[in-house]
Amino acid sequence: MLVVFLLVRAHFVPKSFGQYGHYRGDALAELASKPILFAGHQSCEDCHADVLEVKKTGKHAGVNCEACHGALAAHAADPASVVPQLPDTAVLCARCHEENIGKPKAFPQVVSKDHSGGALCKNCHVPHSPLLQPGDKKS
Amino acid sequence: MVPVEGFMYPNEVELQWSVLIVVYPFVTGLVAGAFILASLERIFHVNAVKPTYRLALLTALSFMLVAPLPLQLHLGHPERSLEMFLTPHKTSPMAMFGFVYLWYLMAVILLEIWLDYRHEIVLLSQSSTGLKRLLYRVLSLGSSNISEGALKVDDRVGWVITLIGIPSAFLLHGYVGFIFGTVKANPWWSSPLMPVVFIFSAMVSGIAMVMLVYMALMKIRKEPIDMRCVDTIAQYMLYTFIIDFALEMLDLIHRISVSDESFRSLDFMVHTRLFFSQIVLQIILGTVVPILTVGLIQIFDVPEKLRRMAYAVCGCLTIIGIFAMRWNVVIGGQLFSKSFLGYTTYKLDLISREGELVAAALLILPFIILAVLLKILPPWGECPTTLGD
Amino acid sequence: MLVLLPAAAIAWKYVVAGTPEIAPNYSISQHWWGMLLDIDKCIGCGNCVRACATENNVPEGYFRTWVERYHIEDYHQETPQVDSPNGGKNGFPQSTAVGGKNFFVPKMCNHCAASPCTQVCPVGATFESPDGVVLVDGTYCVGCRYCIQACPYGCRFLHPTKHTAEKCTLCYHRITKGLTTACCESCPTGARQLADLKNPADPIHEFLKTHSVQVLKPYMATGAKAYYHDLDGSVR
Repeated sequence: MLVVFLLVRAHFVPKSFGQYGHYRGDALAELASKPILFAGHQSCEDCHADVLEVKKTGKHAGVNCEACHGALAAHAADPASVVPQLPDTAVLCARCHEENIGKPKAFPQVVSKDHSGGALCKNCHVPHSPLLQPGDKKS
Repeated sequence: MVPVEGFMYPNEVELQWSVLIVVYPFVTGLVAGAFILASLERIFHVNAVKPTYRLALLTALSFMLVAPLPLQLHLGHPERSLEMFLTPHKTSPMAMFGFVYLWYLMAVILLEIWLDYRHEIVLLSQSSTGLKRLLYRVLSLGSSNISEGALKVDDRVGWVITLIGIPSAFLLHGYVGFIFGTVKANPWWSSPLMPVVFIFSAMVSGIAMVMLVYMALMKIRKEPIDMRCVDTIAQYMLYTFIIDFALEMLDLIHRISVSDESFRSLDFMVHTRLFFSQIVLQIILGTVVPILTVGLIQIFDVPEKLRRMAYAVCGCLTIIGIFAMRWNVVIGGQLFSKSFLGYTTYKLDLISREGELVAAALLILPFIILAVLLKILPPWGECPTTLGD
Repeated sequence: MLVLLPAAAIAWKYVVAGTPEIAPNYSISQHWWGMLLDIDKCIGCGNCVRACATENNVPEGYFRTWVERYHIEDYHQETPQVDSPNGGKNGFPQSTAVGGKNFFVPKMCNHCAASPCTQVCPVGATFESPDGVVLVDGTYCVGCRYCIQACPYGCRFLHPTKHTAEKCTLCYHRITKGLTTACCESCPTGARQLADLKNPADPIHEFLKTHSVQVLKPYMATGAKAYYHDLDGSVR
């Protein structure tokens, strides 16, 4: 009875089971090989060094490209045929900067209708380096 | 959209374990309880309950055969369920349970029933004709020795199996309680009392079920009910019930007294979402009323007809109450948020793989199986007892 | 002899299997993964929830990560008001609350070192990898949902079409290739940072050694490796 059980077991239990622990060892490699959708800021900076120049001294230095531009691994892999859409600043900026009681007090946030009366953020602010400097365009 | 009151972690809103996971401990509880009743006669020589010995075993088998079905219907991938036997994770109570179930089914129930009926099976395999003859020949598993000596061996081995069967029954249903009791993430379940409460409530439900089945069968066959038997069964149900109730009250009083972070949330849940199933069905109608009724019957001289009615009503209330208890544990344990800040609702569909109709069907199926078993293995001497009958 | 033969058959398959590479240039024994979640920096923008959903194809209505907003009146630590509209995926609407303590708390799988979910899996479909990530083998999971019940943090769910348990994988497919997780990549304030607790040069590892950090539900003794900075005591 035990022998039959052991033989059945040897046949049905996946080969890599028990390799690292009580699980199928092959699962690790399978989980590690899932497709990547966010390229990671390093990939962006390899080509878009000019944007990095503007960004790295501004307030958005720590904001990675895909935080605003979305998942772009497809573009990084094939820049010519996958052209990303520019994000809609009317929606995008408010996500972080619209005033909310939960946000840390020191974080820059505004009540947009009081702040700009509905005008687009990029009319005044350069998204890659948004802090207004003397001489920046004003509408 | 499922109505949520307060705050729940987003993934908690949908219940994971459905009514089928309520049916499952209910059914295995009946198995364990019916078996304990059978063992009363065999091991403890409570002769009064002898008329229900075989009936209890067959009832246990009927429910035992249905027990894996709610689990298979619930699994996301039932076709992979063999994995639980091939690569059981030794730290998981659920994995270990598969083996406990197999052991109990094969080594205890089937073997005991076979040994007890072997004499009649052999005789029937020789006296019947056609398809029936084939059936009994298969059931006899090739044995044909029904001499005095062989029957004595049957009896002795059967006795040993019943003896092993008692702790096995405790293990069977205690394990189910343990599956819930070791979930430290859930304060409604996490308790060392859980396996013990499950065992005793299982015994109550199993005993009540056999009593009801016996009374119903006698009514159907238009035969007199052995009152001494039923009175004794009711007594054992009462004793077990008192222990079960004491344990549940101990849990409740302990919770109220300790009043830890989960208490307010659970207390609110019991008073609102679980009020009907816990306070009304489980405690008042399902426990207090049967205990008081059967208790009063022990003190006062109640005429037979009234006693029979009382037992029938109490038996039904008990079964409903124990089902409610399983519901309150399983569903109740998922209605509140582990943040203790909110509650969700259980959406029970009528027609779905884990819906009302399926649950009802699973609860009716054992009785159909029992009816078939009673035909094949009659419990009360309708078989020939010697060759040539 | 009868016992030796199947035993040999079982042993042989291990010899043949060898130890394959998980990912190129990735040595599994050199890493022990965790994460730092800085409450001071979280602005509840929901980028992480959206990024995770995109990267990992998370079905609508289920969450591998989510953000909660807390509001505590006065000193009432034991009765916070919490909300998480659609897990914070589309940010948070204006609240009617005034004053009090208010903050956002990102939640995710804590990748516990003594994980209660892996303990209860009956078949070995969920496990702790040698580099400290709690993962689910979707082809082995039977869908019993015991792990979902056992997680004290509510981070697991049953995939509605695959019918297997799912949760945050710490973007295992990314971290084994030197990238950071999708949620960390898209977090604009650095509130979420991946940590390699075996790497002495990791700045987050350094942060953990020098700052006050907390874990969720420490009394559960799960060995949680999602460390919070400035986590208020009211957080559930």
